[in-house]
Amino acid sequence: MSTLTQDVPVPSAKELAPVPRERRRRWTYYVLPIYSSGFFLYLLIPIAFMIVYSFNQSRSALPQVTFKWQGFTTQWYREWQGIPGLGDAFFLSIKLALLATVIAATLGTLLALALVRYSFRGKGATEQVMFTNIAAPEIVLGASLLGFYITLNLDRGFSTLLIAHVMFCIAYVTITVRARLSGFDPMLEQAAQDLGATPWVTFWKVTLPLIFPGILAGALLAFALSIDDFVTSNFVAGRTVTFPLWVYGAVKVGIPPQVFVFGTAIFMAGLVLAVLALVFQGRKRGAGAAAEE
Amino acid sequence: MGGPALLWLVVFFLVPLVTMLSLSVQTCDSVTLACRLTWHFAEFPDVIREFSDTIVRSFVYAGAATLVTLVVSFPVTYWIAFRAKRKNFFLLMLLVPFFVSFVIRTTAWQFLLADQGIIVGTLKNLHLLPENFHILATGWAVIAGIAYNYLPFTALPLYVALERIDRRVLEASHDLYATRRASFTRVVLPLSVPGIFAAFLLTFVPAAGDYVNAFILGGTNNRMIGNVIQTKFLEAADYPAASALSAILLVLMLVGIAAYAKFLGSRTIEEYV
Repeated sequence: MSTLTQDVPVPSAKELAPVPRERRRRWTYYVLPIYSSGFFLYLLIPIAFMIVYSFNQSRSALPQVTFKWQGFTTQWYREWQGIPGLGDAFFLSIKLALLATVIAATLGTLLALALVRYSFRGKGATEQVMFTNIAAPEIVLGASLLGFYITLNLDRGFSTLLIAHVMFCIAYVTITVRARLSGFDPMLEQAAQDLGATPWVTFWKVTLPLIFPGILAGALLAFALSIDDFVTSNFVAGRTVTFPLWVYGAVKVGIPPQVFVFGTAIFMAGLVLAVLALVFQGRKRGAGAAAEE
Repeated sequence: MGGPALLWLVVFFLVPLVTMLSLSVQTCDSVTLACRLTWHFAEFPDVIREFSDTIVRSFVYAGAATLVTLVVSFPVTYWIAFRAKRKNFFLLMLLVPFFVSFVIRTTAWQFLLADQGIIVGTLKNLHLLPENFHILATGWAVIAGIAYNYLPFTALPLYVALERIDRRVLEASHDLYATRRASFTRVVLPLSVPGIFAAFLLTFVPAAGDYVNAFILGGTNNRMIGNVIQTKFLEAADYPAASALSAILLVLMLVGIAAYAKFLGSRTIEEYV
């Protein structure tokens, strides 16, 4: 960009704006990077708090997170099972998120393929529905689904949670996979078929490997949305308790340090996966560039 | 092929929305909870009158938080789109808050904003704030919490809009001797308007329905519509009133989308999701 602003001063029209001066830009050039660093620090504050305070000692009879620093301990990591119900809620959330991810990734990918490959009646309407689904406030999703269950007299529990989670994940998967598909050269599939591959083989050997990063990204997004969901779950859970619901219930009485241990675990797992995805993407791109040469 | 997904969305998203609209004009027996369709439209003026303060407060909090996130995140997304080298890395950084559970994030702010917490407590110890000053349990804490929690919803559409600006247009403005300020205010900013609007919509509407921030960071005087809907649905079992309030939020969103389509043209807002 810097070269663009150093235009050769050619005399021109009357309302000619002054050529930007090189000298003035020197310090202003650093304003944005510095501001951005501060901004990213701000994003990290509560996360850092969670991680640091998962190592804070607690001297009260019922261990609680307190702001006062009482000394470093790994006690809560060793006693992660110490709070009745918390571990169960955590593993229920994991199970729910895994199931919801598998279902949403499969259905969402198929919908993305259908939207990109075929033109069918109601395609525009489908896109509208997907968009409304994403833009809708979560409380409307949750409240309307609860109204629906109540009207049908359906008992709330794990299955109603699963239905809800798949419902709010599908559109995200579809959009992510479709973004990947739109950069997809249809000639590759034709080439495979010209070389005698059946449609089935073409799908498994050509289409799927090419869109796999998109599916993976969509699935990761779905997993993250599901494991973190509070609002919708709160409406449709009945007596089932997921991890975020458990934490919410504990907020006003004081949360045990183990909550931060689980939170840190989820954060670290997400971070590792995201970094792997970045590296994987980078390598893919590098390999593709090498292949083209 | 897309059938199963579409069916899932229709049955568990669209049908419930219709059910909710219908519930808002039903009358329910307070004991058996059995509801009948009575076309009792009076529910709407009733809830608006009864909760007008809460509704206004929700819009004020959500609007303030959305403006804050827009102003705060615009320079950063601009920097990522036009200057940063490792764009994917910084985009990931924008999403980092999402790696921590929403409820835990909000709880962390509860500790950070507490009267003796790191921010308020430190300022008090330095005598920069009076002893009786507090943020927690005020509207400011709720706005701060919403602004933090919904930030990625603002930043990503902004980034998409800025990233999509054709660099040749910028070059052209420089070639035509626009100053840096002029090419920003007259090229970049107008071209990012659809993204700004999308960011506003995608942040404001969910924020207006949020109740976690108000519950954890606010006091009893800072309740938002979400808190009322939640209480009415889950505790008071007043389904018609809760449905009417949710319907108001839904209509607000639909009006927003329609306004977008009307004023910003045929380019679908979906591109910004």
